[in-house]
Amino acid sequence: MDNNKIKLKLENISQSYITKDNVFTAVSGVSLEVYDREFLVILGPGRCGKSVLLNMIAGIEKPVDGSIFLDGEKINGSDERIGMVFQKLALMPWKTVIENIEFGLKLKGMNKKTRRETTQKYIELVGLEGFEKSYPNQLSGGMKQRVGIARAYTNSPEILLMDEPFGQLDAQTRYAMQDEVLRVWDAEKRTVIFVTNNLEEALYLADRIILLSKCPAHVKESYDINLPRPRNTTDSDFLHLRKLISDNTDLAL
Amino acid sequence: MSNNKIEVKNLTKHFGDLHVLDDINFNIKKGEFICIVGPTGCGKTTFLNLLTRIYMPSKGDLYIDGELADPRKHNLAFVFQEPSAVPWKTVEQNLKFGLELKKIPKKEIDSRVENIINLMGLQEFRNSYPHQLSVSTEQRIIIGRAFVMNPDLLLMDEPYGQMDIKLRFYLEDEVIKLWKATGSTVVFITHNIEEALYLAERILILTNKPTTIKEELKIDLPRPRDITSPEFIKIRNYVTEQIRWW
Repeated sequence: MDNNKIKLKLENISQSYITKDNVFTAVSGVSLEVYDREFLVILGPGRCGKSVLLNMIAGIEKPVDGSIFLDGEKINGSDERIGMVFQKLALMPWKTVIENIEFGLKLKGMNKKTRRETTQKYIELVGLEGFEKSYPNQLSGGMKQRVGIARAYTNSPEILLMDEPFGQLDAQTRYAMQDEVLRVWDAEKRTVIFVTNNLEEALYLADRIILLSKCPAHVKESYDINLPRPRNTTDSDFLHLRKLISDNTDLAL
Repeated sequence: MSNNKIEVKNLTKHFGDLHVLDDINFNIKKGEFICIVGPTGCGKTTFLNLLTRIYMPSKGDLYIDGELADPRKHNLAFVFQEPSAVPWKTVEQNLKFGLELKKIPKKEIDSRVENIINLMGLQEFRNSYPHQLSVSTEQRIIIGRAFVMNPDLLLMDEPYGQMDIKLRFYLEDEVIKLWKATGSTVVFITHNIEEALYLAERILILTNKPTTIKEELKIDLPRPRDITSPEFIKIRNYVTEQIRWW
């Protein structure tokens, strides 16, 4: 974290949708600040509006109310300084690993040589060497998620948004991928905003946790996590914090 | 006859050259709650599909009450990770569905379904359709539908894999309540060691492929279990080391 320099600021963000006979509010008056190079985890119960919040930061949808500031300037819609890793991968099945990862650079018109060099760096960083020419359906769930992470980093975003990237992985593959993500974050020194409904995962990763309420989402609490890394999920401080946050979490049946 | 409800003998499965399961042997007592844990990709799903008779074993077999397991005769119930309620039936009709297929008398059906609805507090959802429910509530319906059958063997394949921790403990407590109330015999498969220790009377630790049983562990901790107690953490760390690959 860089001396609490504010990288991203959300001011009173709300989102609602019109349904058949009603107005459904997903996010209600969320304000928060994200510091430069911070690993911020947004934690909330299932279906509480976490993804909606992230989509608004990414500019995929526009909030009905509130403003978003990046480096102090208001942004409207998507910004190339913000990249995203999706929960449901969004890989192109007809393209190889390397073609998926370099796609953004290709759209920007970067020449093939520079493009391949940049792409190769991130392929190695996430440990996919040897799979450059594989297609997504030839990869395991964890490996597909690595492609998504490499693709996002390749576009050199200043802020990386990760929307429950490990939601569909089993508990053990998750542990492996969490270490991977921390390693890449440590090597790249970018700001990460990571959304999850998994408290153990949040505590393992975060510099700070923003706890959201059940739907419509608002900020319940912010926790600074000062445990040293690598963290141990069965350490008593870890479990103590887990209980504290769990007791403050809404049950969303 | 022994007091074993389920006997698994020399269970082995090959797919062509791929040797998935290797000579698995274990017994389950009537009314026992067993959890099965193992490393990712160790063949848990193949194992389950053999128990449900979706696949037939290459060698060995599964016996229920001393007889070769037969889905037409024995009551095998499953709960998978993805909820699978019948979409055009209400909650109550979903709960009755299996019992009607088995041609149980109507009076008996009504009383069993009523019992489950009360145990799970599903009164307000009785007439709802699956699409009107949250994913977790739909999963609860499936779990109720499995227990209402009074199954000889209930197989659960990581039903709470994607739930948040708070909800997971709520649902785990519910499953324990149902298990105690119905006296069912349960095999619960999970990747999550904390979950296995929270639920099981006994856990089976599987090896990598070709899969066999590495160790059986009896869990004697009192219920409800305290996941922060030193005994709990000690066993959790031990089991983690037995299967760790990450």
